[in-house]
Amino acid sequence: MAQAYSPGMKVTENMILKKERILPLKGTVLVKKGDKVKAEDLVAETLLPGKVIPFNLANKLGVTPNLVDQYIKIKEGDILKKGQVLAESKGFFGLFKSVVKSPLEGEVENISTITGQLLLREPRIPVQITAFMDGIVAKVIENEGVIIENKSAYVQGIFGIGGETIGKLKMLAKQPDEIIGPDKIDDSCKDKIIVVGSLVTYAVIKKAQSVGVNGIITGGIDDSDLKKLLGYNIGVAITGHEDIGITIVTTEGFGEIKIADKTFQLLQKFDGYKTSIHGKTQIRAGVMRPEIIIPLEFTEKELIEPDNTMSELEIGTTIRVIRQPNFGIIGTVTALPEELTAVESETLVRILEAELENGEKVTIPRANVEVIEG
Amino acid sequence: MADTQIIKRIIATDCGSTTTKSILIEYIDGEYRQTVRGEAPTTVEKPLNDVTRGVLNAVTELEELARLKYNDPSIKFTKADTINITDNDEGVNAYVSTSSAGGGLQMMVTGVVARMTGESAERAALGAGAIVMDLIASNDKRPNYEKIERIRQLRPDMILMAGGVDGGTTKHVVEMAELVGAADPKPRLGSSYKLPVIYAGNNKARDAIKETLEEKTDLIITDNLRPTLEVENLGPARDKIHDLFMEHVMAQAPGYNKLMDWTKGPKDGKLINIPIMPTPAAVGNIMQAIAKRYNIEVLGVDIGGATTDVFSVFTENHIFNRTVSANLGMSYSISNVLATAGLKEILRWVPFNIDESSLRNMIKNKMIRPTTIPQQLEELVLEQAIAKEALKYAFIQHKEFAVGLKGGQRKREISEAFSQSVSGETIVDMMSLDLLVGSGGVLSHAPRRNQSVMMMIDAFLPEGITRLAVDSIFMMPQLGVLAEISEKAATEVFEKDCLIYLGTCVAPVGKIKPTKTALSAKIELPNGEIFEEDIKFGEIRLIPLGVEETAEATLKPGKGLDLGEGKNQTINTTLHGGVVGIVLDTRGRQPFNLPLDLNERVPLLKKWMSELKAYPEKILV
Repeated sequence: MAQAYSPGMKVTENMILKKERILPLKGTVLVKKGDKVKAEDLVAETLLPGKVIPFNLANKLGVTPNLVDQYIKIKEGDILKKGQVLAESKGFFGLFKSVVKSPLEGEVENISTITGQLLLREPRIPVQITAFMDGIVAKVIENEGVIIENKSAYVQGIFGIGGETIGKLKMLAKQPDEIIGPDKIDDSCKDKIIVVGSLVTYAVIKKAQSVGVNGIITGGIDDSDLKKLLGYNIGVAITGHEDIGITIVTTEGFGEIKIADKTFQLLQKFDGYKTSIHGKTQIRAGVMRPEIIIPLEFTEKELIEPDNTMSELEIGTTIRVIRQPNFGIIGTVTALPEELTAVESETLVRILEAELENGEKVTIPRANVEVIEG
Repeated sequence: MADTQIIKRIIATDCGSTTTKSILIEYIDGEYRQTVRGEAPTTVEKPLNDVTRGVLNAVTELEELARLKYNDPSIKFTKADTINITDNDEGVNAYVSTSSAGGGLQMMVTGVVARMTGESAERAALGAGAIVMDLIASNDKRPNYEKIERIRQLRPDMILMAGGVDGGTTKHVVEMAELVGAADPKPRLGSSYKLPVIYAGNNKARDAIKETLEEKTDLIITDNLRPTLEVENLGPARDKIHDLFMEHVMAQAPGYNKLMDWTKGPKDGKLINIPIMPTPAAVGNIMQAIAKRYNIEVLGVDIGGATTDVFSVFTENHIFNRTVSANLGMSYSISNVLATAGLKEILRWVPFNIDESSLRNMIKNKMIRPTTIPQQLEELVLEQAIAKEALKYAFIQHKEFAVGLKGGQRKREISEAFSQSVSGETIVDMMSLDLLVGSGGVLSHAPRRNQSVMMMIDAFLPEGITRLAVDSIFMMPQLGVLAEISEKAATEVFEKDCLIYLGTCVAPVGKIKPTKTALSAKIELPNGEIFEEDIKFGEIRLIPLGVEETAEATLKPGKGLDLGEGKNQTINTTLHGGVVGIVLDTRGRQPFNLPLDLNERVPLLKKWMSELKAYPEKILV
C-alpha cells in the first residue's frame, strides 16, 4: 500500500463553505432562508438568564430562618426594583424595627425557610450572533441559529488567539520569510487584517494594537512573546477567548517559520479583500483550528458541496515537515517504505522519503509531516 | 466467583476516546493466558456514531489472528453483528468491556468543609473512575454567586453531594443544595433528561434536600459517605455512581445500549450481564486484587497525552486511591507541564545546553501538533525530561490526596505522638512500596527500556528496594473488569502477560558526604559471578539480571542511611531481575538534590545516563 492517511491543513483559492451560527440558548432567528447577509449582520439573538445572587435575609432581619415567613413582603417570581422592601420586622412596640431592601434590580428566584436565604436573579443579558462571513442563509435552525454558506478562498491556520474579527486584508510582507518591523505599521493598517511574514514580534503586536489593527496573520510567533502579551503561559490548547483587542492567526507554528508559499501566494492574490478570521484553537476532542476566510462572488448554482475526503499520503503528495529537523520546510513524497525504521532517536517508526524544496533528500517519520490540502 | 473451569475463552475490550483495544484470554494447560490482541479506531463520534462498530472491528481482528494462530478457520468471535458467546469451542464464553470514550465520566462534587466531606466526596468520585471537574464547598472562599455560575457552566454527567455528619447541623448542606438548585445545571449529554444528583450527606437533611432538589434534578439518596468524622464510607456512593454511569451516561452515548446488552459471562452456572465499567475504576479493581493476592503495596501511573492518572494501594488494609492530573500530559497538555514545573525544573534533567526560547517553541509546537514524534535524539531527551516533571507533579498531587481522614479525633499512641504523626498525613510510603508500574506512550514505548527505568526512578524517587515494571499495552483496564467474573483469570494474566518487569531499584535513604560510602553491596548473580562494591554517595550502578532471574544480595547502607530496616541496618534479600536489571542508586533520598550549577550538574547527568545506558554515548560525551 503506497498511501496512508495523514492530517492536513487546508489551503484553497476556492471552496464552498458552510458555517453554523448557533445561540448558546434558544432564542430568536432574525433572518430567513435565502437571505443574503454581510459578515457584520445580526442573524440571531437571545437573552441569557442573569446571575443568581444569594441574599441571607434571616441574617439581615436578625431572626431564625423559620421566622422569615412572618416578615417577608415578596414572593417567588416577583420582579424587583433596587431598594424595594423585601421584608420588615415588627420590633418591640414599633421600636428596633428593621427594614431589608433589595440590593439589585431583578427577580425573586427562591425563598428558603430552612436556611433563611433568598436567591435573587439579576436582569437578563442580551446575546447577539453575527453572520461572521458574507454569504447566504442556507438553513434556519428554528430558535437556535442559522447556517451561512458562501464561496471563499480559505486557509486553515495551526494556532491562534483572539475571537472573530473582520477587516480588509493588507500585505505588509513582500516575501513569505520576511520579518517586518513595527515601523511598517501605520494608520493605514487601522481596522485591517495584516500579513506580516515568518514571525510576528512583540513590538509589532503592540504597535498593531495601538493603531487599531483587527487581525494579524503570521507564519510563527515566539512563545516567550505570547506569554509577555497575555501575561500567562498557555497551558492547554484551548484558545480564542483572549480579550486583547486583536486576533492573531499563525499558519505554521511557534518560532520563526516562513509562511508556506502556497498560502502566501493566496493571501497576495486577495490583498485588499474583505476577510473574516478567528483564532479559536482546540486540539483535543472536536479539533478546531483558526480560519482565514475570504468570501468571493458566487451564484447560488455554484453552492454544491464537494464530498469530504481524507487527505492521503502518496508518492508525489506535497507535504510540510512539522517537527525538527527541517521544521516548516515543504517537500514532495518520493517513497513510502512499509517496514518500521529506526530514526536518530532510536524510535522505531514508519517513515517516508521526500525531496525537500531545497533539493535535499530526507527520510522522515510519517507522523512528522502534514499533507498540504487544497 | 464463577466456576472458572467452564470459561475457556474470554474477550475483553476497552473503548477509549480514540482506540478500542481488544484482548483474547484463553485457558491453556491449566492456566489463563492472554494470547492475541487487536485494536481499531473507536466509533462513538461522527460519522458512525455507534461504539459497537469499533468493538466489532477490534474483535474481528482478534478473530483473524486467532484463526491464523490455531490454523482453525471455524473460529468465530462475531456472529450476526454481535459477539458470538457460546459454550462450545467456536466462539467465546464471556465478553466484558470498559469504557472511557466520550471523555469518560465527568462529575462535580460538593461538600461542606472542602478538606473533610468535600475531600471524601472527591475520593468517592475518583475511585468510581470519574474526572472531578470541580469541588464546591461551603468554605471554599468563592462568593455564592460565583459558585452558582460555576455549577451552571460545568455541565457534568452527574453531581455527588456530601456534607455534614449524620445527625449534625443541616443548614450548610441545604444551602449548598439551594445553590445547585439555583444553578439549574444541565447534563453534558443532551437535555432530554434531568441531571442525576447523588446525595450522600447528613441523613437528617434528607427531607430538606428532597424539597430543594427533587423537582429540578434526578435526585438519588444514599448513605452518608462520612457518617462520623472518624469514618469514611465510600462504598454506597461509589455503587450509585456506577449504576448511574450505566443508566444515564452510557445509555446516552451512541451505541452503548447495544454494547451493554453484549457484555455477558457465566456466573453460578447462568449467563448474566456484566456491567461496563469506567476504565479507571477497572484499573483500581485489578490493582486492589493484585495487592491483596500478593500482600504488596503497588503504585501505578498512566501518562497520556492529556492527563496522567496515578493509582495506589497502600497500608495493610489495601487502601486504594486514584488521582487524575487532568492537565499534565505529553502532548495536548505538554505546555501545562512547562507552566506547572517551570523551565528550570525541566532543564535540570537535560545534559546539554539549549536556549530557553527554542525549548519553549518546541514544547508549544508539540502541543499544537500532538501526534509528532521526536526524530532527533536531543528532542527525545527533552521530551523525557518533560515526562519526568509531569510524572513528578502528578505524583505530588497523588501524595497530597492519598491521606488519612482529616477532622477526626484519633486516640494516639505515645509513639505516634513522638513521631508527630497526625491525621491527614499521606499514606504513600515509598519505603514500603513493593511495585511501581508505569504505562502510557512515553514510558511504554521509549526506544530503550533503560529510559523508562530512568524516568520512573527520577520522577518517583523510590526508596529502599522497589520492583519496576511497565504495562506495555495497558491491559489493566480489561483485566479489572475481567476480575468481576474470574479473579483467577485476571490475576494470572496480570502476572504472566500484562507486565514487563524492568528490574529492581535499590536506593538508600538519607544524605551523606559524596566521599563516603553510601552502599556496600554483594550480589550473587545466577551465572556464578559476584558483584561486590562499596559505592560512594551520588552514584548509579546497573547490574544486568534477566527476566525471571533472581540474585541473592547483602546490602549494607552507609552510616546514617536506611534501606528499609532502619538506619545502618544490613539487609539480606532476593532481588528480582527484568529486561533492564538491578539499579543501585546512591544519589540520596529525602532529600534528592541535583546541583544548581550547570557546570557541576551536566557531567553528573551524563555519568548517570551513561551508567544506566539510557542514551547513545554520542550525546553523553
